[in-house]
Amino acid sequence: MRITIIGYGMAGARLADNLRGSGASITVIGAEKHPAYNRILLSNVVAGSMTPDDVLLHSPEWARDNGIALRLGVAATSIHPADHSVVLSDGSTVDYDALVLATGSNPWIPPTDGLLEPDGRPAQGVVAFRNLEDCHQIVGMAKDFAPVAVLGGGLLGLEAARGLAGRGCPVTVVHPVGHLMERQLDPAGGHVLARVLRPKGIEFRLGQLATKYLPGKGLLLDDGSMVAADLVVVSAGARPETALAEAAGLAVDRGVVVDDRLRASAPDVYAIGDCATHPGTVGGLVQPAWDQAAVLARLLTGADARYRGTPVVTRLKTRDVDLASMGEVHVEPHTSDAEVVRLEDPSRGRYTKIVLRDDRVTGAIVLGAPDVAAAVTQLHDRGTPAPADRMALLLGRAMPSGGEVDPATLPASTLICRCNTVDKGRLVGAWRAGARSFDALVSTTMAGTGCGGCRDTVCALSRWLAEQDPVTEPEKLGCHTT
Amino acid sequence: MPVDARVEVDTHCPYCALQCGMVVRDERAEATVAPREFPTNRGGLCQKGWTSASLLTTPGRLTTPLLRERRGAPLRPVGWAEALDHVALRLRELRERLGPDAVGVFGGGGLTNEKAYLLGKFARLALGTSKIDYNGRFCMSSAAAAGIKAFGVDRGLPFPVADLAEADAILLVGANVAETMPPFMRHVRPAADKGGLIVVDPRRTPTAEAAALHLQPAPGTDLALALGMLHAVVADGLLDHRYIAERTTGFDEVWRIAAAWWPERVERVTGVPAADQRAAVALLGQARNAYVLTARGTEQHASGVATVSAWINLCLALGLCGRSGSGFGCLTGQGNGQGGREHGQKADQLPGYRKIDDPAARAHVAGVWGVSVDELPGPGPSAYELLDSLGTPDGPKALLVFGSNLAVSAPRAGHVAERLESLELLVTADFVLSETAAVADVVFPVTQWAEEDGTMTNLEGRILLRSRAVTPPIGVRSDLDVLQGLAIRLGQPTHRFPTDAATVFAELGRASAGGPADYSGISYDRLRAGEALHWPVPAADHPGTPRLFLNGFGHPDGLARFQVVDHVGPAEPPDPEFPLHATTGRVLQHYQSGAQTRRVPELTEASPEAFVEVHPDTAQRFDVHDGQWATVTSRRGSVRARVRCVQTIRPDTVFLPFHFPGAQRANLLTNPALDPTSRMPEFKVCAVRLGAA
Repeated sequence: MRITIIGYGMAGARLADNLRGSGASITVIGAEKHPAYNRILLSNVVAGSMTPDDVLLHSPEWARDNGIALRLGVAATSIHPADHSVVLSDGSTVDYDALVLATGSNPWIPPTDGLLEPDGRPAQGVVAFRNLEDCHQIVGMAKDFAPVAVLGGGLLGLEAARGLAGRGCPVTVVHPVGHLMERQLDPAGGHVLARVLRPKGIEFRLGQLATKYLPGKGLLLDDGSMVAADLVVVSAGARPETALAEAAGLAVDRGVVVDDRLRASAPDVYAIGDCATHPGTVGGLVQPAWDQAAVLARLLTGADARYRGTPVVTRLKTRDVDLASMGEVHVEPHTSDAEVVRLEDPSRGRYTKIVLRDDRVTGAIVLGAPDVAAAVTQLHDRGTPAPADRMALLLGRAMPSGGEVDPATLPASTLICRCNTVDKGRLVGAWRAGARSFDALVSTTMAGTGCGGCRDTVCALSRWLAEQDPVTEPEKLGCHTT
Repeated sequence: MPVDARVEVDTHCPYCALQCGMVVRDERAEATVAPREFPTNRGGLCQKGWTSASLLTTPGRLTTPLLRERRGAPLRPVGWAEALDHVALRLRELRERLGPDAVGVFGGGGLTNEKAYLLGKFARLALGTSKIDYNGRFCMSSAAAAGIKAFGVDRGLPFPVADLAEADAILLVGANVAETMPPFMRHVRPAADKGGLIVVDPRRTPTAEAAALHLQPAPGTDLALALGMLHAVVADGLLDHRYIAERTTGFDEVWRIAAAWWPERVERVTGVPAADQRAAVALLGQARNAYVLTARGTEQHASGVATVSAWINLCLALGLCGRSGSGFGCLTGQGNGQGGREHGQKADQLPGYRKIDDPAARAHVAGVWGVSVDELPGPGPSAYELLDSLGTPDGPKALLVFGSNLAVSAPRAGHVAERLESLELLVTADFVLSETAAVADVVFPVTQWAEEDGTMTNLEGRILLRSRAVTPPIGVRSDLDVLQGLAIRLGQPTHRFPTDAATVFAELGRASAGGPADYSGISYDRLRAGEALHWPVPAADHPGTPRLFLNGFGHPDGLARFQVVDHVGPAEPPDPEFPLHATTGRVLQHYQSGAQTRRVPELTEASPEAFVEVHPDTAQRFDVHDGQWATVTSRRGSVRARVRCVQTIRPDTVFLPFHFPGAQRANLLTNPALDPTSRMPEFKVCAVRLGAA
């Protein structure tokens, strides 16, 4: 079995990993010269918390160690499903039994005047935020705290903005929609998010289009104002890379159309990741790509498997802003067939909206409440019924857990010493039977002799008992703790 | 003859590996215990310890051998000679008919070092069988294997437990010490008071209550959590580059795996908020002194070795191991869980923590035993595999059980009970009629902790002497006597199986000399003198080794090894038919199968029966009610347990304690999927459904 994978990114590298040891003869074609890297982590490189080496998915020896034919720095120029062959940019041909397209996607550059040179390359001072090279460029240009404009207020744009602001650059995000991350957030959530990000050194120009890029100066907006920027980071979306598939006559609808077996419209051709369109799957995220790679690896090694979509959860990955968005988030409150629970606390940067149908979470936005995000995500992924107490779900663990123990009001059955199973009733009983000091209570009941954690409580209890019982003077209690 | 009246004897608690220091007073035919100042318990005792003296006079104490002629016949009291003759005759007959591997031996982590050692010698020489293993396989084996891989040596805590008091941060993984070894909390409280205690547990246990940070992963996802935390170490700039370069190998490959587990992805798998993963790592990474400690919750999985390795990786990445004041350790459970895994009752081992397939180890031990190397059998099957094969065409037809209550404690207990029933001969040595003894053909009544001399090796690798404090009841003999009695009848020379504990210990020392767990410099005299001796102690004038690894790890190059491990998840994930995770554990009042603690009135009063902890939402979903009986069912069996509705457990998980017998045995549910390296069964997670009883 000869398997050829075109594309050595998140999807292609994962599939090759999943196929290791299967006995198949694997060829991977990667247009870039370095090993595959983890695109998810690029914002860490921009922020300076990881080096480019840290984000490599494979070591340079990976292909050799695993017996994989890795062709780096070579592009596939055409595919020929009828012949089961691929032609490469160096003129060579690779024959295959199964061909997997994992060509990913390309950044979309908006048609703003001046962003591109006449030859189609980005103008001086303009970088798309997509690959490792882009990161090198951004990091190189962002030194000296230069002002930066980020074009696009989606997930990646905000991660880049956050990283650059963390390096000390003044950052302005220009976004044509009235609120941030409009695919994942409703207007209220988007506004709370902007409010959270502003104090971190990010300004927002929302609902405004950039009309012209002036190198060395910045971006001119449609209201005539100017955003000063030495660097423009473009993060306005991506388009699946489908040139090879289209040229070979495969069905393409945005991406290469695939079925539940990840099959494209020609025999023995498959597509996974950003370049593929599977009904009901949102592109541009890594989890679907990895799930598809796992299913396809099973199919190509003779097992039966189906890809049936991946529940989409979007997480903003920055250290001090916790945002999760999943499923249907644009449902309005007071809808007859859905239940919408919301909590808006803009001054503390918190916003939670949970959409439920038949007691199941079908969508949610959770900002500034990490434990709620974790719980709601699990409910959403697993389809288990949500807790009946919706308020508790919204609040997570924020509920206060009581303060000082008041020995007077504890019920007699309250366990004071877990290590020796001593409840308040027994301590009171021991006191009345003559154990009228701390030490006597301890030696009679063994309370406090295990982990020692309840000695303060036993002490407080003995003080309270002494107050009820004038026979003992408080100073003779001998209360001491370890 | 009573030991001098009103004499106090310093000894240690009969239960867990903390081996709390206590004194036993034998007064007017009634013994009492009291705690004493000792580094592990610092004067504390839990309820089990306080009430342990009642074991010495427990009703139902066995004082005569019991024997049944055939299956179904009642056990009847017989004399020692008759019982020993009967067993030896049957064993010889089986061996002649089917070969030496027709007899199996099953030991325990509660046996003294002397008993564990002599049991291994008995199996290899008197029986000639390779089929010996012990219940520590169900306890420490994953941590032990991971420790050996990473550090070259496995000692539960490679530092004295008292060192923990100086820590700023402690990460406890799958360890509920507040209930399982309460005085241990005294060691972690200083860190807790500084806001540095982090607990990983699917339940909000009393230990978790004491923590500044409680990470509550779904059962079976700890490995992903460890990877996410390692990711956060790198992303948040806490990686100890210099330490990794100087003292470890293999980080780069480990990072390639962890790089794919960013905290938000881990959150989705584990349910632990990404922010909490980062907070935990910050506490550990910014502490001056920090420890990572694992226990059964994270170890008893079919991926247990990999999971412990992942926690060790985290600890190495932070530069904590092999440094004074910081480190990695695992919390041994059984009283002699440490010593029990060092002296040859394990399927693949010889005394001194040697490998049975290592020619040099075989030659050394054969020399000490005065036999030729060829007489030593090779490695045998692991505990569950041994039990699973009982009575089958290729499996043993007889089993000798010392210090274990398999009928309650083995995974998939219903199946194991069937295997025991299929044997031609089941022999147990016990001091009460445990659930396993009750189905045996011959039961030998043996001495217990305060009635005999013997050494234990506690959770910090310190060898302790438990001295005889009271006179055993008439009719009772030591396990060492049982082994000698059988060995002689099987044709062994008497001197090869001594019955004096000090003599056995001295021989154990010689057999262990030069091995990783070298006891050769330890004597009863040194222990009686109160010396704190942590192994290795290779010479009589050697002071012992309280802190291992300070000058290098146990591998030949002195470097610790990062292990390349990735998340796999539970062997049996929930599905529509069995939609919940079940996990098992202990309660404060009971120990192991409960064979001892269920006989102590104060303990059974406080904890009388099996219960199942259920989140109130889950109780409503499955229509079970607080305080009523419910049935918990897995693919392997059903358990009756009383429902306890608690907010402290994840809604997707139920918890059952494993101390109760019969229809309340939690192990009727558990999954015997085994770890590929340690052969540890997956006790801590299986898929179940819940219904009204």
